[in-house]
Amino acid sequence: MIAVLVETDADGVLVVSQEALTFGRGLAERAGGVPLHAVAVGRPGEEPPAVVLAQLGEQGVASVHHVVDDRLTAYSAAAWAAALVDVAHSAGAAVVLAAGTPRGNEVLAHTATRLDVAMAANVVGIDAVGADPGDPLIVTRQVVGGAVLEQMQLGDTVAVLSVAGHAVEPAAAATATTPEVVEFSPTMTDADLVARVVRTGEKVPDASGALTSARVVVGAGRGAGSADGFKDVVRLSELLGGAVGVSRVVTSLGWRPHHEQVGQTGSRISPDLYIACGISGAIQHWAGCSSAKTILAVNTDPDAPMVTRAHYAVIGDLHEIVPAINDELDARRT
Amino acid sequence: MTDVLVCIKRVPGASGEVLLSDDGQRVDARHVGWTLSAHEECAIELATQVAGATGGTATVLTVGSADAIEQLRDALALGCDRAVLVEAETDRFGPVDVAAAIAEVVRAHEAAGTSYGLVLLGNDAADTGDFQVPVRLAYALARPVVTGIATCTVEGDLVVAHGDGPDGPETFELPVPAVVAVMEGGVAPRYPSVMGRMKAKKVAIEQVAAEIEPVGSGRVRLTLPPEQPSQVQVLGQGADAAPAVVDLLEELGMVSR
Repeated sequence: MIAVLVETDADGVLVVSQEALTFGRGLAERAGGVPLHAVAVGRPGEEPPAVVLAQLGEQGVASVHHVVDDRLTAYSAAAWAAALVDVAHSAGAAVVLAAGTPRGNEVLAHTATRLDVAMAANVVGIDAVGADPGDPLIVTRQVVGGAVLEQMQLGDTVAVLSVAGHAVEPAAAATATTPEVVEFSPTMTDADLVARVVRTGEKVPDASGALTSARVVVGAGRGAGSADGFKDVVRLSELLGGAVGVSRVVTSLGWRPHHEQVGQTGSRISPDLYIACGISGAIQHWAGCSSAKTILAVNTDPDAPMVTRAHYAVIGDLHEIVPAINDELDARRT
Repeated sequence: MTDVLVCIKRVPGASGEVLLSDDGQRVDARHVGWTLSAHEECAIELATQVAGATGGTATVLTVGSADAIEQLRDALALGCDRAVLVEAETDRFGPVDVAAAIAEVVRAHEAAGTSYGLVLLGNDAADTGDFQVPVRLAYALARPVVTGIATCTVEGDLVVAHGDGPDGPETFELPVPAVVAVMEGGVAPRYPSVMGRMKAKKVAIEQVAAEIEPVGSGRVRLTLPPEQPSQVQVLGQGADAAPAVVDLLEELGMVSR
């Protein structure tokens, strides 16, 4: 079977985990229709929420391994990995996968180490599934911030892999299932609980969560010129009900906070529209914005990578163009 | 007093076009040069802060070719006290091997009298992006580990580490010795001073060979994603293009009227 670690929040299964389930189902089908299982860490004394079960059913999940233990109230990567290893052993997983989130990659790194097998991070495709059990799985994954693809062989007894964000669109299975719920408490030692969260602070409302879920992101880079050069960009994002995203140079220079950074070492966004103003589009930034459905570039250089890769472009200085767009939006609203 | 080890990697720059070697086994950095990843610049900063605050030392280590001495010198210029090059054919090394090579040095230094209370690494390498070396190293050393950390301090026998979790900012408290993987965003890396650069040139770099038989990375080959021909539609030049932009925004359903 194929086991997928799913992350949930108050709304149900995270979209990235739904993507991982869709990816896992594709792999299960290619492997000849092996069962798809989900592993979810729950709260002691509570059933999995109905919305989660419905979403897992839509994805064609046969069984949910519902991890319930008082010791797992606070997150610990080692403890979550202990649960995944238990499932891998008890249910005979050929593949263990998760979304390539910080949690997903961290837990899988523990899992692969405990299972003494290789791990492939940020996988975007499956190249070969062996005809027989134990045959190597060959995957393609993103390296160098997505600027390069690596074909990698996972030749071990259990393949461990994380799925890159937006590698697939979440899609419902042809036939929905009613997943069987298997509640269990993993085998853990005290050492597995040493590195756990001792405090969680208040979520900052304008932190990167708003950026990754925004329908429109208005980005600005070095072309903003200074810390004072973002006024019009912020105004445009407000007019469109979107979020502001910036390139790494902007945060390195201290012009804007790090939680607004889009890129390989910042947030990876997939808005319907990304308006990239004064951003050249180097690898570091492109890694974070390439999943935008439509890109409009505003740049003085018509040959900048951001312009040539965009769907639409306006050539010129963002300090002239963005205020004019804001004025036009205001004029059409009145 | 906490002696800190910070592990770094020489990686291709991310500011230009990436090329590959003819055999598809490595990145050809001829146009982009070599650098440190952003996460590791922050790890170096944290290493020097913790060493400074506790009266300990900061040692920088890399596993790689002799060319990586350039990056070790950069870290020395930023305030690290000592440097170690673990010479290895990194093309043959996967994350399991890099972790094993680092663990060897940690154990050897401990036997020689330097115990690292804190080992810092970047969260993931900017080139291979494996997300595993910190965790595999921690298991090899039987130490607790946490990844995705923005800031950390050593307070008595505890490493107090802060990161950003899905539900808000998270705090971890790990007993010393511990392994921490650093993510960019919590500290601003400093710029090297002239004095720092001068001092860095004079530090003797410890060079050892990795005494392990690598299991490898599983790499079959690297390829570049197919470059899509540009299909950009230029809406205009300068402020005159504003009406065309707003037409587009309306067409995409981004403007409520």
